[in-house]
Formats: sequence, structure tokens, C-alpha cells
Amino acid sequence: MIEVHNLSKRYGEKLAVDDVSFTVQPGIVTGFLGPNGAGKSTTMRMIAGLDRPTSGEVIVNGQDYRASKAPMAELGVLLEAKAVHTGRSARNHLLALAYTNGVSADRVDDVIDMVGLHDVAAKRAGGFSLGMGQRLGVASALLGRPRTVVLDEPANGLDPEGVMWMREMLKDLAAQGHTVFVSSHLMSEMAQTATRLVVIGRGRLIADTTVAGFVALAGGHTVIVRTSEPARLSALLAGPDITLTPEGSDALIVDGLTTHQIGTAAGAAGIPLFELANQHTSLEEAFMEMTHDAVEYHATADVAVAS
Amino acid sequence: MTTATAPAAIPVAPLARESGLRVTQVRVLRSEWVKFRSLRSTLWTMGLSVVLMIGLGAMFSAISVNSAEGMDPGNTAISTSLTGTFFAQLAVGVLGALLITGEYTTGMIRASLAVVPKRLPVLWAKLAVLAAVVFATMLVASLVAFELGQAILSSKDLGTSLSDPVAVRSVFGAALYLSAAAVTAAGIGALLRNTAASITTYVAIFFLIPTLVATIIPRSWAAHFAQYLPSNAGTGLIDGTYGLENPLSPWAGFAAMCAFAAAVVAAAAWRLHHTDA
Ligand SMILES: Nc1ncnc2c1ncn2[C@@H]1O[C@H](COP(=O)(O)OP(=O)(O)OP(=O)(O)O)[C@@H](O)[C@H]1O
Ligand SMILES: [Mg+2]
Repeated sequence: MIEVHNLSKRYGEKLAVDDVSFTVQPGIVTGFLGPNGAGKSTTMRMIAGLDRPTSGEVIVNGQDYRASKAPMAELGVLLEAKAVHTGRSARNHLLALAYTNGVSADRVDDVIDMVGLHDVAAKRAGGFSLGMGQRLGVASALLGRPRTVVLDEPANGLDPEGVMWMREMLKDLAAQGHTVFVSSHLMSEMAQTATRLVVIGRGRLIADTTVAGFVALAGGHTVIVRTSEPARLSALLAGPDITLTPEGSDALIVDGLTTHQIGTAAGAAGIPLFELANQHTSLEEAFMEMTHDAVEYHATADVAVAS
Repeated sequence: MTTATAPAAIPVAPLARESGLRVTQVRVLRSEWVKFRSLRSTLWTMGLSVVLMIGLGAMFSAISVNSAEGMDPGNTAISTSLTGTFFAQLAVGVLGALLITGEYTTGMIRASLAVVPKRLPVLWAKLAVLAAVVFATMLVASLVAFELGQAILSSKDLGTSLSDPVAVRSVFGAALYLSAAAVTAAGIGALLRNTAASITTYVAIFFLIPTLVATIIPRSWAAHFAQYLPSNAGTGLIDGTYGLENPLSPWAGFAAMCAFAAAVVAAAAWRLHHTDA
């Protein structure tokens, strides 16, 4: 379990993390989302005791990680930037990390097999592709079978098969009872992996919720209905707390009624319907909606065109 | 009444755990030994320092044998055969600095400190491995350089032998000096965290400043402090006078050099403990 209490981190002028509090529970995968520069990596480095909080504190499995007697049994981290000496082989890299806490060489070899680096374990890590580097990072995080795992964008650079592997592995870890905290920019990826979400933007906590709750929070869902008589249907459905938005010449987007209610009403009034369907706000849309104001680096859309 | 509680999934089975995990200084030492021997750059710089120690000792001995005046003033048969020390200190300095800055430039330091979050054991282990390896290797190299140098010098009856206590002190002294120099370089590396800046600073302290003091600064001023510069203080262990007005006694000089190394390492430890990785 990870408990983050009123955590802030300032780098000079820049407040990278601003009074953030949340809890990451064991037994489920918790996603950590936010646009570029939101403060995800900074928060994760503070969890791992690498950066010192300006204020606030992080408790990992009930204690201050830096005071831990067996750190590798408590927390495994995969950091954003490759944290590997380029001149050393993958196996020697893992052995060096393992020995500090008394993890055996056998366990190192097991983990190498587990992440699929068997064939390149003797090669210099400097020559690794992005995806192989991520696998090596995951291997180092799992060496001590830690109760809590923190992974910063683990899917970054993985091929589709690798992404699938990563997803299954994270779910497995959670199912075994580990605490799993994973950052990503991609809502769609998190939707398939995570049960809960912590969302930050510009260093501030935006949401701490379930995946389903997140969609509801960011806009819920609407119904699209297509008919030959949109004007009559509009008049029929209109009411308090109901929003009707015309879409093209023959469709309405209805917010506030279920497909069941709309179908029943239209049937009773004899209005023919061609289509009646729930429209789920996609996670990506919900995410963008929610973090819009907190996006640090907007693409400049309105580039002036010289005329 | 409803309460908003987080749906915490409670695991049924206990987690599979690794047994006996715990950070100890000895374990971190073993880890640093793996790191040390698994890098080509450390093996290269170690090899280079051995070659410089033996090769230059032999070369300067041969020059002394072949020149009409014999040895330069201030040099002895012992110091001539150990001339390589002054060049090997560059190689061990690079080794010491790289041992630490290599971790910062590659990002490895974060992996190292994440598994040893108390941090200082990593620094102590690095310095211990460095000092031990440099001392053991350079003691052998210094002994070989001495014997080879004396063999060359003996062709003109200039040589001496290990039956001279000063010779024994000098052979050990060269290894001790190089170990202290390497530790100082590692301390500088941990303080500055940047390879180029660290090597430049080391070269300034061990080569540039002593050379400037010996050549540009008036001797009457230099007499007050030149003997305290770490390189001048430490080389007193090796027979010879090195043009100092007021040299410290050999062991006092080495103590002064170690005090300088300790001060640099203390500053590095403070930075490691107190600042972000
Ligand atoms: N060591 C540092 N020194 C100064 N500023 C920093 C440092 N680390 C991070 N920042 C700043 O803090 C902010 C948060 O950065 P962080 O890397 O935590 O964001 P992130 O959410 O991980 O972004 P991304 O999705 O791009 O990885 C950014 O504005 C960044 O420039
Ligand atoms: Mg990041």
C-alpha cells in the first residue's frame, strides 16, 4: 500500500507536485494518469525516496521507505529514464542490484527468464532497444518480490505483444495481492489494465476514482437517436434536466434519458426510429475533457496563415 | 446510511516472498565488487595504470643509466624506478571519478539508491572496493617497477634493493599514495556528479596547481604551503625531495593527504545524503 499525504515538490520556481494526497491499495492495479509534465514521474521518484518532498510525506507499506531494512522486499520501481549503466551486461546489472539486499543469483536468472531477456542477458545493456530496456527495468523492479510495485510508463516502447504481456503481468501481480501503481498518458491502455485511477494535472490531484467512476465524473454517457421526425421527437422528449442536441438532419443526442425511456416514448407516439444507441464517452475523451485546463503544453492549433 | 469507501480488494493468499532480504554493508560491498569488475572501462584504466607504473619506471631507469650525469638531482635509485607513480595517478584518478560519475551520467545511480535508500552504504562500499583494488594492484605493479628499475640501474651499479627500509616504505608508499588519490578522485566525482568537471578538478589539484606552485610562484611564498598540497604531501612516502623547501615527514605528509581525501569524501557524503538523486 502507498499512502501519499499532502505531497509537494518544488524545483526552483516550478511547483512540480502541489499538495497531492491519495492512497494506492493492494490487490488491484491503480493507474496514474496525467498529461506531459503533470508530475507523475516526480511523484514516483518521491515514493521511491529518490527525490525529497518539499513538504508532505509518502508511506510505503506502513513505513517510510528510506527507513526500510529490506527495501527490495517492500518496493520495486521502474523509473522513466533508463537507470542502467550502458557498459554493463543485463545480468551483471541485475546481480549488482540483487546482492545489495541479499537476493540470490538464482532469483536473478528466474526474473531474466520471466521478462524474456534470456538470450541477451550477457549483452551490454547500452545496446538494448527501448522495449528491451523496459523489460530489464521490470526485471529489476521484481527481483525482491516486493509487496509494492511502482512502474513509470512501463508500456513505453513495447511492441503490441509486449504491451499485452505487460498488461497480463500487472494484473497477475495485483491478483496475487501486490500493490501495483502504474503511470501512463494513455487512458485506453489504463482502461484495460487498471481498476482505479489517480489523475493529476499541473501537479494537482484531479481525480482519485474507479475507471467507471472516472467516465461518469467526466461526462457520463449520452444516447444517440436517429429518426425521420427529429422535431416531433425533440418536443416529445423535452423536459427538465434533459439536454437535446441536434446532430445532422436526422439525429439527436440525448443526455438524461435511457434508451428504454426514449424507445417507449417514441413507440407510443408512433415516431419511427432508425437507430437508438448508448454513446459512451470514451476514456480518452473523458481524460482530455478533465485535464484540458491542466494541460501544460497545448499544441498551438491556430497557427496564423499568412495571406 | 452509506459511506464512501474505496473498494479495496483484500488478497486471499499471502504473498510469495523472498526470504532473508536485508541490506547490510557487506552485501552492498559485494554488489559494488560486481559493478567494479563488470565494466570494461574500469579494467582498462586499471590496466593502464599498471602499464604506466612499470613502463615509465623502466624507461626513466634506462634514461638514467644512459645519461652521462646519471640521475637527476633530487632523484634516487628508488624514486627513479617509481617515477610511474606520477603518471599512474592520472589513470587511477580517472578510474575513481568514473566509478561514481558513470552512475550519474547513465542514470544507474537511481537504480542503485532505490534499492539502498539509506544511500551512504553505497558510497562507503564504492570507496572501499576502489581503495582495496587500487592498493592491491598497484602494490604488485610498484614492486615489479622497483625490481625492474633496480635491475636496469644495476648495470651501472646505481641500483639498490629491498633490504633498504626506505625502499620498502617507497614501494608500499606508491600503492598507498595511488589509493588515496583514487579515493580523492571518487570523492570529487560524488561531489560534482559530472565526468568532465570531476576529472578537470582532479587534474587541477594533482597536476596543475603543484606545477604552477613549483614554477611560477616565488619559492619564498611557496615554502609556506606547497608541502600541504595533497600530491606533494603524499609523495613524501616515496624516497626523494621533489624540490620542496619544507617537506613534511613521510607519514605526516601521507596523513595530510588522507585528511584532504576525507574532507572531500565528507562533503560528497553530505551531498549524497541531503540532495535529490
Ligand atoms: N529535476 C527537475 N528539475 C527541475 N524541474 C523538474 C525536474 N523534474 C521535473 N521537473 C519539472 O516538473 C514538472 C513535472 O515533471 P514530471 O516529469 O514529473 O512530469 P510527468 O507527469 O512525468 O510528465 P511526462 O508524462 O512527460 O513523463 C515538469 O514541468 C518538469 O519540467
Ligand atoms: Mg514522466
